[in-house]
Order: sequence, then structure tokens, then C-alpha cells
Amino acid sequence: MIDIVYLNVLVLVYILAVGYLGYRGWRETRDSEDYLVCGRKIHPYVMAMSYGATFISTSAIVGFGGTAGLFGMGLLWLTFLNIFVGIFIAFVIFGKRTRKMGYNLSAMTFPELLARRFESRFIQYFSGLVIFIGMPMYASVVLIGAARFIETTLAIDFNLALMLFSLIIAAYVVIGGLKGVMYTDAFQATIMFAGMAFLLVMTYSHLGGITQAHQALTDLAALVPANLAAMGHLGWTAMPAAGSAWWWTLVSTLVLGVGIGVLAMPQLVVRFMTVKSGRELNRAVLIGGIFILMMTGVAFVVGALSNVYFFERDGVIAIAAAAGNSDSIIPLYINAAMPGWFVYIFMLTLLAAAMSTLSSQFHAQGTAIGRDVYETVLGKRGGRSIQITRIGIIIAVVVAVVLGYFLPPSIIAPGTAIFFGLCAAAFLPMYSCALFWKRATRAGAIAGLVTGTFVSLFMLVFVHQKEAAALGIARMVLGRDVLITSMPWPVVDPIVVALPLAFVVTVAVSLMTKPPAAEHVEKCFQGIGRSPPKKRD
Amino acid sequence: MLGINDPWIWGVYLLSFLSALLCVAYGLANWNRGQETEANEIREGCSWEKGQAQMEEKELGL
Repeated sequence: MIDIVYLNVLVLVYILAVGYLGYRGWRETRDSEDYLVCGRKIHPYVMAMSYGATFISTSAIVGFGGTAGLFGMGLLWLTFLNIFVGIFIAFVIFGKRTRKMGYNLSAMTFPELLARRFESRFIQYFSGLVIFIGMPMYASVVLIGAARFIETTLAIDFNLALMLFSLIIAAYVVIGGLKGVMYTDAFQATIMFAGMAFLLVMTYSHLGGITQAHQALTDLAALVPANLAAMGHLGWTAMPAAGSAWWWTLVSTLVLGVGIGVLAMPQLVVRFMTVKSGRELNRAVLIGGIFILMMTGVAFVVGALSNVYFFERDGVIAIAAAAGNSDSIIPLYINAAMPGWFVYIFMLTLLAAAMSTLSSQFHAQGTAIGRDVYETVLGKRGGRSIQITRIGIIIAVVVAVVLGYFLPPSIIAPGTAIFFGLCAAAFLPMYSCALFWKRATRAGAIAGLVTGTFVSLFMLVFVHQKEAAALGIARMVLGRDVLITSMPWPVVDPIVVALPLAFVVTVAVSLMTKPPAAEHVEKCFQGIGRSPPKKRD
Repeated sequence: MLGINDPWIWGVYLLSFLSALLCVAYGLANWNRGQETEANEIREGCSWEKGQAQMEEKELGL
């Protein structure tokens, strides 16, 4: 059993440390460049850890870890993509160009980078709106989850937990800007890394070693419940049956949606613009790769292996031990299998994961509504950027809290998937073309942005069963949950359709319109794609 | 392999480690590469040097 007093003291010490780092961010912030992109001089460790901690929320550990407990190690494809695409490709291929182009164009937000590359104010405020409207549900998911978690672990009333938690995060994000966010992120990521590393080592040693643990899990295949087997579940160390409902969900939603979608997440892209040179990104790749392996890799392996633990102890699989709720698998396993002191550390790990994701979401929303929408629409630029962004952040926090209070959980729950899918379809074609294709035009970028946004929204509202049923709009209009009922459409993630379509539209419209002015393209690509000068003797 | 029969699963288990190793190898191999000075920093440095030289000339008569 955990001692509430000890836990509260530990959390208090943690909050004080976070408060100090937020204060340091504030002390070191002098202008809007500091507030929005950390003065472009952040340390590679802070950059990589902050990127990782923002990327990995509590739901990636508890929610997806629980899904691995339910469906097994097939989820490791997501880990592979998280590392290979989310870190390696993102940093080396996208990150370096983003940093340089951001510098060339003096861009301080993701929409601003795209808008200046394509010389379009519309791109800036439309993208700002997509972020500001799409992100609150995603933020609400994390916020409500964290408040529930505080309620159950620290024995604090839910409403009070929600208020306190929102206020603490709002305080250091508003005051410290991106520096405050990234310093605290790096601290929180360090806690997360230590917690997950210990969890992995303890799990394998508890189950008799790597091969033995996996073998025991393989041997449990006969225990897959009939309802899961019908969805294509063939065991916890086997891929689901090709073409089955679970196979489609795994491949299209998790692997493509979350694995590829990460490339165009505004709160992550902006981090590339916070470092001084490509050297910092080279160093950050090393740290980021190990960090992500330790987060989702460990969560999915441990989630799946919890079946072996529960079977050996109680003769039941994990989902049965958790009374049918996959979200409870990881907490239940930690409480049952780990030493008492580790339960405190793991709780801190989860709190850190939630706070680091939320702080970046609030900062991104604040900049989206403040700098990208308000300042762009009114044509105001100048010294008030910090104040306007601060007001934007406060609005974002209030909206997330209000949404969490008033919308039913069934509507809030798909928030993460909606935002990932929307970002990928709306921004990825335009962003890739901005960095890699000089011939891309403003009209092409706008056409792709609008196509990606609306096709994605249409698919979410009318085609993809999970979100369409939760939102209920399709039922209101069509009288049924989805437009196309034949398989596999209800389980095909919107990204599979919206992303390629938006790409085709961006390229086709660009080719049909006048190429951008050569001087402008030269300015954008100054120092990009050029091999470093050779040393002469 | 590793107690897992399905090659898609042990394959991705190893791939996850290999991709993290790739990140480590890339980071180490390029640890000191990619450092650059932006054009305006060079300009700033030049104007600072020029100012310094003028000041020395004026005040010290060098």
C-alpha cells in the first residue's frame, strides 16, 4: 500500500523543482524570440528530451501499454516508427531543413514558417485555427486523465485536482514561455526515463529473463478470448490475422496515424527551430532515439508481458485481471508486481508525462491563437507578441478545462487520434513540399492544406467508426454511425485517404500554377541542400 | 527467436533496437559536424571587429 503523505511530499518537491525551472525560463526570456523559440540556442539534451517528453503522454504509456496488454507485441511496429520516423527521419531529414529555413525566414511558429515560405497570410491563420480548434480535445484527454490519476493516487478531489493541475501548468507556461516549457520537459523526461528503465529491468528479471518471458507469453496464445480472436487476435507474440479488424486498426491508425503523423505536429516541429545549428540536432538524435525506445518500447513490451505475470499469479490474462478495462492493466501490474517505493516513482513518471505533453500543447495553442491568428488577421506585429501569446495560452487552458467538464468522455476520448490525423493530412504535404520542393507554389500549398483538413474531418465525422460513432453527427444526419458500412472502411483510418489525396492536390495544383519568384525561393533555401565547403590545403 | 515464433514480431522487436542504435551511431558519427555560423552572425562579428579597431585607433592612437 502506498502512503499518501509520502506521495504528497514527493509530488510537492517535484512541483517545486518544476516551479524553479519555470522561473529560470522566465528569467532568461527577454524578447519574443526567447518566448517562442528559446532564442534559437537551446542545449541538444534539453531539445531531445523535451521533444520526447512532449511526444510521449501518459496515454502512450498507460493507454497504449494497456492496449499491448490486450493485443500484444504487434504494437512494437509503432515503437519502430516512433524511433525511425519520429526521431531519425524527423531530426535528420526534416529537422535540419526546418531549423535553417525557420532562421532564414525569421519564423517563430510552425504556421509562420509555412506562411513565410509560401508568402501567404491565409496559410498562417488557417493553420493557426486548425491547431487552436483541433488541439483542445487532445489537451482535454491528457488533462482529464491526469486529474483522474491525481484524484485516485493523491486522494485529492477531482475538481480541485483539475484546477490545481491546470493552474500549475498554466503558471509556468505563461511565465516561462518555451524556455520554461522545455526546461521542465527535460527534467520530467529524465524522471520518465529512469522510471521506465527500471520497469523494464524488473519485469524481465521477474519473469526469468528475456527469452523465457517471451516464450511464456507465446505459450499463452490458446487463452485469447473468443471475442478478441474474432477481431483477428492470434496471440500476444503474433501479428493479427491480415485484413482483420484489429489488423486494420493496428496498421492504419496506430502505425500510419500516430507513427507518421508525428512528423507534422506543430508543438514538435517548433522544437527544431530552438537549436543553434545542425550539430545540436545530430547530438539530439542520439538522445531522442534511446528515449523513445525506453518509453513506448518498454510500455508495449511490459504491457504484453503483464499477461504472463497475471497468469502465473492468478491464472487469468491481463484484461481479465483488470476487469475488462485495458487502461487499468499497467497501473494494476505496477501495483501488484513492483516494489512499494517504485509505485511512487512510477506515479511521478506518469505525472511528468502528462505535464510535459500538456505544457507544450498549451504553448502551441497560445502561439497559434495569439501570433498566428490574432496578429496575422489584424496585421499587427511587434513588441506585444509575448503578451498576446500569454493571453492565448490562458484561453487554451480554460478551453481544455471547460471541454473536459462539459463534453462526455466518449467524445473527448478520440481527441488524440483526431488531432494526429488532422495534423498529418493538413500539414504534412505542405510542410514536406515547403522543405524539399522549390517548385511548390502558394496555390498548391493552400489547396493541399484545405483538402487535407476537410477530407480528414469528413472521414472522421462520417466514415471512421470509432470517431464517427463518438461524435454522433453521422447518426444525426444519416441515421447510422457511418456512411459506408462494408469492411474495411469503418476501420480504415482517415489518414490513409486524406494524406495521399492532399499530397496529390498539392503537387497537381503547384504544377498548374506559376512557379514562385526565384529570389524568394533562394532566400528560403539559403544554406540548405548545399554540401559543406571542402577544406583546402 | 527470443521466445517469439512470428517473424513479424521478433523482427520488429529487433528493428526497434536497431533503429535506436542507428540514432546512437548517427549521433556519435556526426557529434561535431554541422556547426555553422549564420551569415548575420559573421556580419555582426565583422562590424564588431571594425568598431574595435576604430576605437583602438582613436583612443590609443595605434
